[in-house]
Amino acid sequence: MATTLTINGEAKSFDAPADMPLLWVLRDVLGMTGTKFGCGIAQCGACTVHIDGKPVRSCMLPVGAVRDRAVTTIEGIGASAAGAKVQKAWLDLEVIQCGYCQSGQIMSAAALLAATPNPDDSDIDAAMAGNICRCGTYVRIRAAIKQAASGRQS
Amino acid sequence: MTIAQKISAEKTSEQVSRRALLTGGLAGGFLLAFHLPVRAVNEPVQPPDVTDGKFAPNAFIRIDATGHTTLVMPQVEMGQGVYTAVAMILAEELDADFSQVTLQHAPPNDKLYGNPTFGLQVTGNSNSIRAFWKPLRNAGAGARAMLVQAAAQQWQVEPATCSTANSEVTHKESGRKLSYGALALAASSQTPPKDVPLKEAKDFALIGKPLKRLDTPDKVNGKAVYGIDAMLPGMKFATLAACPVFGGKVGKVDDSAAKKIPGVQKIVLLDDLVAVVGDHMWAAKKGLDALKVTWDEGPNARISSKDIWNDLRAASEKDGVVARSEGDIAKGLATGERLDAAYELPFLAHATMEPLNATVHLTPDSCEIWTGTQIVSRVQAEAAKAAGLPVDKVIVNNHLLGGGFGRKLEPDMVVAAVRIAKEVDGPVKVVWTREEDIQHDVYRPVYRDNIAATLLDGKIVGWKYRITGSAVIARWLPPAFQKGIDIDAVDSAVDMPYDIPNIQVEYVRAEPPAVPTGFWRGVGPNNNVFAVECFMDELARKAGKDPVAFRLAMLGKNPRMQAALNLAAEKSNWGQPLPARVGRGVCVQPSFGSFIATVVEAEVDEAGEVRLRRVTSAVDTGMAVNPDTIMSQLEGGLIFSLTAALYGEITIDKGRVQQSNFHDYRMLRIDQAPKIEVHVIKSGEPPGGIGETGSTAGPPALRNAILAATGVALRRLPIDRTLIAVGKKA
Repeated sequence: MATTLTINGEAKSFDAPADMPLLWVLRDVLGMTGTKFGCGIAQCGACTVHIDGKPVRSCMLPVGAVRDRAVTTIEGIGASAAGAKVQKAWLDLEVIQCGYCQSGQIMSAAALLAATPNPDDSDIDAAMAGNICRCGTYVRIRAAIKQAASGRQS
Repeated sequence: MTIAQKISAEKTSEQVSRRALLTGGLAGGFLLAFHLPVRAVNEPVQPPDVTDGKFAPNAFIRIDATGHTTLVMPQVEMGQGVYTAVAMILAEELDADFSQVTLQHAPPNDKLYGNPTFGLQVTGNSNSIRAFWKPLRNAGAGARAMLVQAAAQQWQVEPATCSTANSEVTHKESGRKLSYGALALAASSQTPPKDVPLKEAKDFALIGKPLKRLDTPDKVNGKAVYGIDAMLPGMKFATLAACPVFGGKVGKVDDSAAKKIPGVQKIVLLDDLVAVVGDHMWAAKKGLDALKVTWDEGPNARISSKDIWNDLRAASEKDGVVARSEGDIAKGLATGERLDAAYELPFLAHATMEPLNATVHLTPDSCEIWTGTQIVSRVQAEAAKAAGLPVDKVIVNNHLLGGGFGRKLEPDMVVAAVRIAKEVDGPVKVVWTREEDIQHDVYRPVYRDNIAATLLDGKIVGWKYRITGSAVIARWLPPAFQKGIDIDAVDSAVDMPYDIPNIQVEYVRAEPPAVPTGFWRGVGPNNNVFAVECFMDELARKAGKDPVAFRLAMLGKNPRMQAALNLAAEKSNWGQPLPARVGRGVCVQPSFGSFIATVVEAEVDEAGEVRLRRVTSAVDTGMAVNPDTIMSQLEGGLIFSLTAALYGEITIDKGRVQQSNFHDYRMLRIDQAPKIEVHVIKSGEPPGGIGETGSTAGPPALRNAILAATGVALRRLPIDRTLIAVGKKA
């Protein structure tokens, strides 16, 4: 099925079945491999993207359901204020180890900060508990979100 | 044992000479005791690459005429920060401008890039820095000396009158300068000097500083490329299902529905697995789901966890091969008050965040592979066998790893992908679903540890410790399996840090039927530190002593361990009052050449649910190349191991793994993560290993915290909530 989506502000046209999860459109059809496959059942958050600014697990989102809503991926998140702050804090605090889950972590954190500029620990728990990190970077993720939030105020 | 594993075991025995192994003993711990008789890592590349003006003094360093410095990484980056640490060591002795270096994955080549401990390209056993510390420093210093010689020749001065910094040679008196780029061509014709002096630690400009990692900037914007991200023109995508019963075969297949799925290109049927090839993963996955496969389950279809445990317990009652014996164990066990216990650890999956994958392009006379592996040369050799090609026709492009944890010390995923690629025209990316990844892992073995000890005047006088479990080494590195002892399985048991007069450590090899077992982050020490440290707390209780004081009294001959324990106790507020059902537990470990003490503070609610409040570790890992990496490895390793302690267990029923994805093979999440403090002790000792230490520290400290909080001495993992709920006793 011929489809056009707006991804990171650009119109992208492609052929894909309507039931195909957005994850595989991004990775296998469009070659945008920054969004990761982790579990396929929305349990790990590695595939998190934004749909109209809200974090969504792209492994279970049929591409036909996206319609005219804006898709943002890890490749484009740096263009948003919250995304850029999160990326900077992630590097400043050296959050990342293997990095495979971090596309999803950054997407979830950027969505949190865009919606809740000064999150407390329970906001962070609620927004980030859907993202598994096997390297165990949670302590630094929490600290980096707080740093990104405080940077926003200054 | 799968076919792939058998082949890999044979290959290893060819590659590591028995003589090399015999030069070592057990005392130094796992694998550190032996070395290859001939090392090539500091030899120049033959011939030096001068054709395009690059200075290539050894396997690790390339400098072009513009001064661009490329460092070739012998060890793989799977999150542990080794790319940055290796680059720091090379750049330190080279006096290179660290902000200008770029990194390259090493190709398969044991001679140039082999890990000196194994004689193979292996990233494992937390030994990257220990094994490569000297070779990398020699490589950097040798290259620097050649650049200095080239400059001195040009200036007609003595090399000793020149200094180096930031990729420049300076003639001190005249102030003349030449960049490494300008010297690259001339340096290429210099004779590599022998025995170049290395820097003294006080002169280090990079080593010891918490420098920013070189691999992380591309990991915040989606640019980092893992094996699973390989994209090639005309590539197809495949996913597979192996027989759910270990060792089972494909029986009947009805592919009529699968073939009708849009985008499905091909159904591949091999003897032990089926795969569907499509235009994308979605077509492949839908095709696989539509495939009706009847499996020939074979003789393993009746195996269950219950039987495996019964067999293991029976095996553990027999005498083992003695791995360490000191004093008089019979006399020791006949003295004082005796306590006996047995500890049990389950099968575990690795569950790397990046599911297993390999991309293969096979032609009649070549095979090119894109994947992320901890054993790139072994992967090349195994792929060559599977493809029926000579090794030199196989190109392996290694990648960043989305987690390794030991899973990628096995070549099975690449072998399967090559076998599938034989049926496909053009390149094919084979990606395992999470379910296949978890159900066809090479699992951390089940272990049982039987311990008997005697106490006299508050100290241990006799200690008999018997480990029963798989000999992973016997399969993975057969020449290292000698006299019936798996040197990994006994690691941190034969060299436990305590001073005990009468001691015996035994090993019983017991292989579970059908279930493949392998290395899992923390390897042998994971098991032994758990059992030793759990039992220490039970003995301390019996002796009426504080667990920290009880340990300190037996660590007199181990000042580094003692200092770490004192620091962890101080920083964790050891001994300060806590609310009801909250406890602190301690663990010390000498594993991987590092001395670490850890205190976990945990709360157990009335239902038996455990909340991790706080973890404090004190680490003496010798000279820390990058102290921030030391801290992050501890933080992450602790989460990794506490995850296993709280949730990790793979169980077997009817010959198949019962868990399948993160809903039933649970992971710790951020809302359950404790505060973690890591205190790095300054040390001038040679660097120790760090990548697996946190993985060893968490479970015994947590279990001891639960003992302190509830009075219940758990002896199995994962933690059984029903035993620690209010009103329950173990």
